[in-house]
Amino acid sequence: MALLRSIAISSNKTLTLARSARSLTMATLPPLPYSYDALEPVISGEIMMLHHQKHHQTYVTNYNSALELLHTAMDKGDVSAVVGLQSAVKFNGGGHINHSIFWKNLRPVNAGGGEPPHKKLGWQIDTDFGSFNALISKMNAEGAALQGSGWVWLAFDKELKRLKVETTANQDPLVTKGATLVPLLGIDVWEHAYYLQYKNVKLEYLKNIWKVINWEYAGEVYEKEAQWCDLSEENK
Amino acid sequence: MALRSVVSRKTLAPALRHYRSLTTFTLPDLPYDYGALEPAISGEIMRLHHQKHHQTYVTNYNKALEQLDAAVSKGDVRGVVQLQSALKFNGGGHVNHSIFWQNLKPVSEGGGEPPHGALGWAIDKDFGSLEALVKKINSEGAALQGSGWVWLALDNEQKILKVETTPNQDPLVTKGTSLVPLLGIDVWEHAYYLQYKNVRPDYLTNIWKVINWKYASEVYEKESA
Repeated sequence: MALLRSIAISSNKTLTLARSARSLTMATLPPLPYSYDALEPVISGEIMMLHHQKHHQTYVTNYNSALELLHTAMDKGDVSAVVGLQSAVKFNGGGHINHSIFWKNLRPVNAGGGEPPHKKLGWQIDTDFGSFNALISKMNAEGAALQGSGWVWLAFDKELKRLKVETTANQDPLVTKGATLVPLLGIDVWEHAYYLQYKNVKLEYLKNIWKVINWEYAGEVYEKEAQWCDLSEENK
Repeated sequence: MALRSVVSRKTLAPALRHYRSLTTFTLPDLPYDYGALEPAISGEIMRLHHQKHHQTYVTNYNKALEQLDAAVSKGDVRGVVQLQSALKFNGGGHVNHSIFWQNLKPVSEGGGEPPHGALGWAIDKDFGSLEALVKKINSEGAALQGSGWVWLALDNEQKILKVETTPNQDPLVTKGTSLVPLLGIDVWEHAYYLQYKNVRPDYLTNIWKVINWKYASEVYEKESA
């Protein structure tokens, strides 16, 4: 590596050789932490299999393609191409981010899926929404009303130190709605997430998915971001 | 109209406003059986698509229209503006699907037969060949991010054919006021998922077998007259 660099320094043109040595980290499909049918009867095994092996895999594959093209365009200093690639990067990168969170947001019932949040997140939900049920109602309403494809999120606003319900269109990650927003929970409301089982009745899917929501994960993310650790130490 | 001489300007407005009637909309009938487009599009998809999805757009559009009427009557500007999203989405859904059912036809009734006459000639002129057009529409339809439609449009002003896409239920006119829809293909997942799953390109490849080019030609000839 050092030898390559010292040889390349001789001219600006060969310097780009050193740039090509810059590594590219590709995305990979994360394995599902449970079997495809483990969320039944809430979400069918067929949906989980297609959703993970086809949809999420395609986002990963296409993100990696876009990344390689981006890498080449950057090397060539092709600004037009770099800008032109942003749509593919956002869509596929977003798809990868969102689905990676989603698999962690779900959990089989026999592993704790559906158990309501306790402790700090539970308390924060009561503070910001009045009750757990009020939060569910709000998320279901916003998810049902979403026009087209997208996601409904339970977000923690790091700056305002409060929870929010947000929606994003297509595969836009939550951060596109605010740089200080941290995703605790995302629910995919693209038709592919529910259609084979629930057909056009998106609301039924939303009402049922709470039975397999992994509040433990959401709680962990919340506590890490809200930095409750210090306070809890004091209270002990 | 003697009423006008009796009432002042302020009361004139509400009295006359109540005489305006509200036109609501109904789901148009499908011009063929639900199963008539098989195997290109399954009967299950056609039934859900027509009876559930399109019906819901009609129902919600009528609801939004009633709310709009009320807001306009009250002079509630904020309410009027807020309703635009529901009007666009549901009205657009109704417009788009109404065109779509006419864009499809069973094979036994001519579905899939390539366009002749003026439209056939225009396609060759503007795209090189029908195959080239089909390839372009399929490519744009497959690449569409999220939900939406891919259109064969006639630009009434420039007098040329174009391939356009619109997101969600935006009607073609949102891409240009001089654009006339000849053909629209629904690429929302509900249009194909039960049959084609994630493989949208297979749906697009197959739908040409039931495309009603006769209707597209009629619209084209009427607009180019």
